[in-house]
Amino acid sequence: MDPTDRRYTKEHEWVKIEQELALIGITDFAQDQLGDVVYVELPNVGDRVEMMKPFGVIESVKTASDLYAPVSGEVIEVNRSLVDEPQVVNDAPYERGWLIKVKPDDAAQVEELMTAEQYAENVGES
Amino acid sequence: MVEPLLSELSRAGRVGQRFAAPEGCLDATGDLPAGLLRDTLPLPELGELDVVRHFTHLSTMNHSIDAGFYPLGSCTMKYNPKVNEDVARLPGFAQLHPYQPDESVQGALQVMAELGDLLAAITGFEAVTLQPAAGAQAELCGMLLIRAFHRARGDKRRTKVLIPDSAHGTNPATAAMCGYSTVSIPTDRRGNVDLARLRDEADDETVGLMLTNPNTLGLFEQEIFEVAETIHKAGGLVYGDGANLNAIIGAVKPGQLGFDVLHINTHKTFSTPHGGGGPGCGPVVARDFLEPFLPRPVVARRPTGELFLDWDRPQSIGELKGFWGHFGVMARALTYLALQGDQGIRDISGAAVLNANYLRARLADVYDIPFDRTCMHEFVASGRRQRQHGVRTLDIAKRLIDFDIHPPTVYFPLIVEEAIMIEPTEAENKDTLDRFADVMLQIAREAEEAPEMIRAAPHARTVGRLDEVAAARKPMLRWPRSDGEHLEARA
Repeated sequence: MDPTDRRYTKEHEWVKIEQELALIGITDFAQDQLGDVVYVELPNVGDRVEMMKPFGVIESVKTASDLYAPVSGEVIEVNRSLVDEPQVVNDAPYERGWLIKVKPDDAAQVEELMTAEQYAENVGES
Repeated sequence: MVEPLLSELSRAGRVGQRFAAPEGCLDATGDLPAGLLRDTLPLPELGELDVVRHFTHLSTMNHSIDAGFYPLGSCTMKYNPKVNEDVARLPGFAQLHPYQPDESVQGALQVMAELGDLLAAITGFEAVTLQPAAGAQAELCGMLLIRAFHRARGDKRRTKVLIPDSAHGTNPATAAMCGYSTVSIPTDRRGNVDLARLRDEADDETVGLMLTNPNTLGLFEQEIFEVAETIHKAGGLVYGDGANLNAIIGAVKPGQLGFDVLHINTHKTFSTPHGGGGPGCGPVVARDFLEPFLPRPVVARRPTGELFLDWDRPQSIGELKGFWGHFGVMARALTYLALQGDQGIRDISGAAVLNANYLRARLADVYDIPFDRTCMHEFVASGRRQRQHGVRTLDIAKRLIDFDIHPPTVYFPLIVEEAIMIEPTEAENKDTLDRFADVMLQIAREAEEAPEMIRAAPHARTVGRLDEVAAARKPMLRWPRSDGEHLEARA
């Protein structure tokens, strides 16, 4: 089971609201499907991201995928450690492998996203 | 054994051929700035035989269609008859200069005209250009024709290109290069474009649809007429990605299916070399109303019957390639078509489809076939059953190398988990297909019995499993020098 303290998108990102900021990453299912992550392209601090629009690219040996923002807002911080150690996304997708921190325009937006339970069902179907 | 570098084989004073200094040579060193002069030139020193053996050895470490089966899905790695090479090397072709006057290259222009006419006839279109240098540039050419068409009508509202989620990655890239946004159309349960979703998306902002038929799942788009009609009703045009043309040539003409423009990869369908990015030839065929926009020049005929290169094309999208495209490749493609003849061309697609379905049926009990219906010239299997034993599609592909078989395309199309895409082509006989099927079944057994062995494959090669992850994460772009000094450049 994925952590229940956050919400999930159908594009396999998670978002966790912490002290009014949205922490964003990809799910364990996503990292498993991608295989070994070799490169993560993230936005700059200060950039805008829009809900369900691409904000970056994640690349594995197998494929490259767009990253979709679970919420709209301004990028406050990006996980710089992924530049040298992209494998952290594989090792700890819900913790040290987070991607960006966003100041959401409207934190209530995340309520539209899937719960861990709904996400598990969604993944099971596909 | 790893082959040493030429610099490692080098011995001081060893030479191949000795050349006498040409008479009358001037010593210009006095005229050059001192900073540009050097006393030593550290080139390897070897005998001719050393060099011949070095490169011959390297060539035997490579895999090619001449050496073994090459079932690389979506790439149509058919055998290229050697006579193609003889024709392309005829002095009258090989020694042409692009600035020769038209009247001195009538034979070459005739090759271009005949090839263009044949391709247009086979695909059911009226207009043709042979200029694009390969498939991706041909895609760009096709979409630029569509853009020129809309612009010529003053239709500026159209900004979005519809692309199925099974499409080749080049399709959205091409649309983006034309300045358009893309909308992904899902695939339905049968493996076709989801027609209902297409109808929802097609509107007066739609530039057109980019469609591959048969699609990348190796399946014929059964609702192609409805799909094309939906786009045309919305005022858009239908672009055909001709990557899978080998499945239907001689049987179906894309021009009669509702496509307005189609690109052709001669290196897939018409037996020209698969270069490492070129030189290639990606002809584009189109309906008559797109003819004014074709890249210039086009081969045209004067009333006197003489052929010439027509530059007077005011509505042309311009030139896409220096001179006239890659003529040597065109000569090869025409040779192949002439060799096949009318019946031979029909037989290509029939045999290609039969071979793919034979392999699909032989593997269907052991490998998952996600869209299990009669396929065209290729089919997509999935390694997800084998994954339960900890063996992934990548491992299966690597294990095939031990059997002198080139791995199939893997992890594409993206919509199939652990995808293995197999395209045998019409060039292979039943014995080869049976051997491949036997090997695939053996690997499936090995996946259950000896998964560790497969995860470490290949075993019978010069080098074993390469660490692709480390190579991508920390690329070393220079070979370490034999004197131990480690020169590396990082990306």
